Amino acid sequence: MVHWTAEEKQLIANIWGKVSVEECGAEALARLLIVYPWTQRFFDTFGNLSSPTAIIGNPKVRAHGKKVLTSFGEAIKNLDNLKSTYSKLSELHCEKLHVDPENFRLLGDILVIVLAAHFGKDFTPACQATWQKLVGLVAHALAHKYH
Amino acid sequence: MVLTGEDKKLIQQTWAKLGGADEEIGAETLYRTFHSYPTTKTYFPHFDLSQGSDQIRGHGKKVVAALGNAIKNLDNLSQALSELSNLHAYNLRVDPVNFKFLSQCLQVTLATRLGKEYTPEVHSAVDKFLSAVAAVLAEKYR
Repeated sequence: MVHWTAEEKQLIANIWGKVSVEECGAEALARLLIVYPWTQRFFDTFGNLSSPTAIIGNPKVRAHGKKVLTSFGEAIKNLDNLKSTYSKLSELHCEKLHVDPENFRLLGDILVIVLAAHFGKDFTPACQATWQKLVGLVAHALAHKYH
Repeated sequence: MVLTGEDKKLIQQTWAKLGGADEEIGAETLYRTFHSYPTTKTYFPHFDLSQGSDQIRGHGKKVVAALGNAIKNLDNLSQALSELSNLHAYNLRVDPVNFKFLSQCLQVTLATRLGKEYTPEVHSAVDKFLSAVAAVLAEKYR
């Protein structure tokens, strides 16, 4: 059973309340594809991914980034139930999408860096620790149904 | 994994922007590492790990100085980091998984200071650089 302190919940809510899911999601996914180019293997149908500029401007990347981070928002509403919240998505990523769960960890770390760049000094060490815990647990929940 | 000419330029430009705040950046990076990845504390049982402690500041300064030296020698990281590589292999024997944790926390520290200037291109170059450093440090492990 995962335990969240009141402080951790506060640190998550404070940050999330100020995040634009669309911008942040697009940025995080674009960076995943740029910093770890082998992750492009899952996005053959996305069109032009030939340069950082192309990736950042790609409307399919933006749309998908928004989808991914919207789903992350669900996790935040269900911090005590991450495994059941992500149960179906976990099955989907394993059985249909065939995504190595390592990619969830990579995206989580990138999201933390995007937040750091956005919030500057306000992204304190305590804040980072809470968000590293959150992204780690989300990755774990998404990997839970793999077989 | 290869550092391109463009990567090297971005790394050097980014480092120059930090204006010699070596000690602060090093200390913050280490503190973030201990806080986000508590298992890393196992390598420092002899340290005062409270925020801003002399030991964290001293050690952080050392780490950042070593990275600064690496950045001056991007064409020959293996040689520039050779002694540190020996140290980590035979003496410190830090499990290489921890290099990734330090990389993440250094990048978060840089991102909080550089904001929008920590562009995807800079992010990519720095991540590659820290990956290359980690590889050299682990080179002689076995």
